[in-house]
Amino acid sequence: MKLTGAEILCETLERLGVTDLFGYPGGAILPVYDALGKSKLHHVLVRHEQGATHMADGYARASGKVGVAMATSGPGATNMVTGIATAMLDSSPVVCITGQVGSKLLGTDAFQEIDITGITMPITKHNVVVSRAEDIARTVREAFQIADSGRPGPVLVDITKDAQQASAEFDWEKSVPKLPAKRKRARYDQADFDRAIELLNTAKRPLILAGHGIMISGAMKAFSEFVHAGHFPVAMTLLGIGAFPANDPLNLGMMGMHGEAWVNHAIQEADLLIAVGMRFDDRVTGDLRTYAKSAKKIHIEIDRAEINKNVKVDSALVGDAREVLEQLIPHMEKKERPDWHGRIKEMKGDSAVRDIQSLPDSGHLYAAHVINDLWKETNGDAIVVTDVGQHQMWEAQYYHHNKPRTLVTSGGLGTMGFALPAAIGAKFAKPDADVWVVVGDGGFQMTMCELATIVQEKIKINIAIINNGYLGMVRQWQEFFYDKRYVATPLVAPDFAALANSFGIRGERVTARGDVVSTIRAAREYKESVLIDFRVEQEDSVYPMVPAGASLHEMIRRPNNPLVETATEP
Amino acid sequence: MQTLVAYVENKPGVLNRVSSLARRLAINIDSLTVGPTENEEIARMTIVAHTDAKGAHRLEASLEKLVEVLLAENISERSLLERDLALIKVAADQQSRPHLMDLLKVFRGRVVDVAPDSLIVEVSGTVDKIDGLLEVLRPYGVLEMARTGRIAMTRGGDLLQPPAAEPAPAVAAKN
Repeated sequence: MKLTGAEILCETLERLGVTDLFGYPGGAILPVYDALGKSKLHHVLVRHEQGATHMADGYARASGKVGVAMATSGPGATNMVTGIATAMLDSSPVVCITGQVGSKLLGTDAFQEIDITGITMPITKHNVVVSRAEDIARTVREAFQIADSGRPGPVLVDITKDAQQASAEFDWEKSVPKLPAKRKRARYDQADFDRAIELLNTAKRPLILAGHGIMISGAMKAFSEFVHAGHFPVAMTLLGIGAFPANDPLNLGMMGMHGEAWVNHAIQEADLLIAVGMRFDDRVTGDLRTYAKSAKKIHIEIDRAEINKNVKVDSALVGDAREVLEQLIPHMEKKERPDWHGRIKEMKGDSAVRDIQSLPDSGHLYAAHVINDLWKETNGDAIVVTDVGQHQMWEAQYYHHNKPRTLVTSGGLGTMGFALPAAIGAKFAKPDADVWVVVGDGGFQMTMCELATIVQEKIKINIAIINNGYLGMVRQWQEFFYDKRYVATPLVAPDFAALANSFGIRGERVTARGDVVSTIRAAREYKESVLIDFRVEQEDSVYPMVPAGASLHEMIRRPNNPLVETATEP
Repeated sequence: MQTLVAYVENKPGVLNRVSSLARRLAINIDSLTVGPTENEEIARMTIVAHTDAKGAHRLEASLEKLVEVLLAENISERSLLERDLALIKVAADQQSRPHLMDLLKVFRGRVVDVAPDSLIVEVSGTVDKIDGLLEVLRPYGVLEMARTGRIAMTRGGDLLQPPAAEPAPAVAAKN
């Protein structure tokens, strides 16, 4: 069957199981858009190409399938850079397809020509230029395979305009991926495995550090079995949230810079850490010199380059989390460890007293209240897509996720502006899910143009803006470390409810704690998208906090009488 | 100094990916040589890097994550043979030429070009040997020099071969 390159691309995407893709047209990708019009693929027109990549990323994170973003050459492609880097840092399988000028014009600074493969080399798992129609099908299939295998990541395929226009024979059977034959390494040796078993069965104060890799490998069941087989307490990374139910008594909560105090103390007191699908990021370890000094470490990780990168480990089990856990489970001896679990409980009791939810109602609206009420109202079943900053940390602390892939958040890159577009992608991945955006007033203003995409696509998303009139997390750092010199953090915003209305979206504003639940309830019942502007305490901070570079146990704790300096204007 | 060998696909852009990776890891490359192998689709690289064993592990593991890198191996701790080749143009007149010839004998260097005022010397061997020769040539006036950088190979039965290509497995659409 003879097809144009553009038709081959659409046909290939369809056969790979793609139903929705997110993009923005332009000159160098026009042949593909012409072919899209004749295909069964649903194209979501975004308002900015960064949004397209975040949508593809949100789609991938909510579903576990490859997300697809598309843009034209030049500025279309460069606008994707932030989204690609976001996907890279969080190991998200995204395939970006960019148009490129004709192959004869490559390297001539032609109109809208840019070396996007050069630009994205360090932020993609792989990228490639295709300049022949006959190579498109195989290359795109390879891109999907690379994006979705091992440790996933973004792949960019740059297709020249002449390749889109030329005709070639399309043969699915003959276009199978032909990736180079790589050396197969032994994942780990028996000595490492035996050592892990010995450590696991002799530890008195073991603790599991559960990461994103559990979800990526689909190891939730094996992980739960493993945890209960050894009766291990579990601490979660931000991206690991959801991999193990929050309501399991063995789940202690989040670790790290804004982790629960008892979790960080437990890490520092543990005699064995079992890291599963996580990479000892500086935001979870604090100062490496004082990190878990009395603990032996076992690292279960698919990426060999992560072994001993930040933390030297005693047993490295390189491999897919599920496979490794399944091999370990039969060797686990159940130990009750009452002293250790008792010790953790004791620390937890101490911390909970300081929790903002335990403070008497002062009439002020705190972000923590909003998130906690949202959790209760949605029974913890919503897909929550957050942006980056204080609200993100409060979400992680107060929304208790029991199911995998229900928290979508930018962890590694910490990309503001991620939430709204990523939520659109998540909604396409899970059309029946209750999708909530939890976003700050700063991050929302970075990509709020995508409200128009919501309207054009007629999708139902609920948006909770945690509006404190500041770039809150930066303000918090200024409060703690720069003597409250609030430079460039007070933030003017439009009237978000009115803004929503101008897009044709229902807008609400909440200023009192008593109105939170009813507004959330009404938003959930309303059939179209709703934006709620929660005017929260302006100068509240996220506690506890491990200052950057400090030891994990050196946390700034919430003062007993929180400073209530300013109430927000209604 | 750490020595790594990598087999890579013989394609445009691969060298860029390899060197870009070293840059990203903030590892300074002392020398990087690329040459064909008996299989024209595969090239062999010898990378000598200013780093420690931990850095070499990261470089090795990160290199293997590149799609076009078929194998990367840190061979620094293994028994290996290293060779560097240099062409050295040295000032030489009637008086100095015989002295130079004597020196070259000691270093097993060869004269490959003779001009009225200079010679080109070809010498191969370990880095130390070439550095040693340079040291003694310097007083005569080294006018120009080109060095290949190191190539390395593990000794004896310790083979480091590119992985054999296998027939591509049919990949089911997972998405």
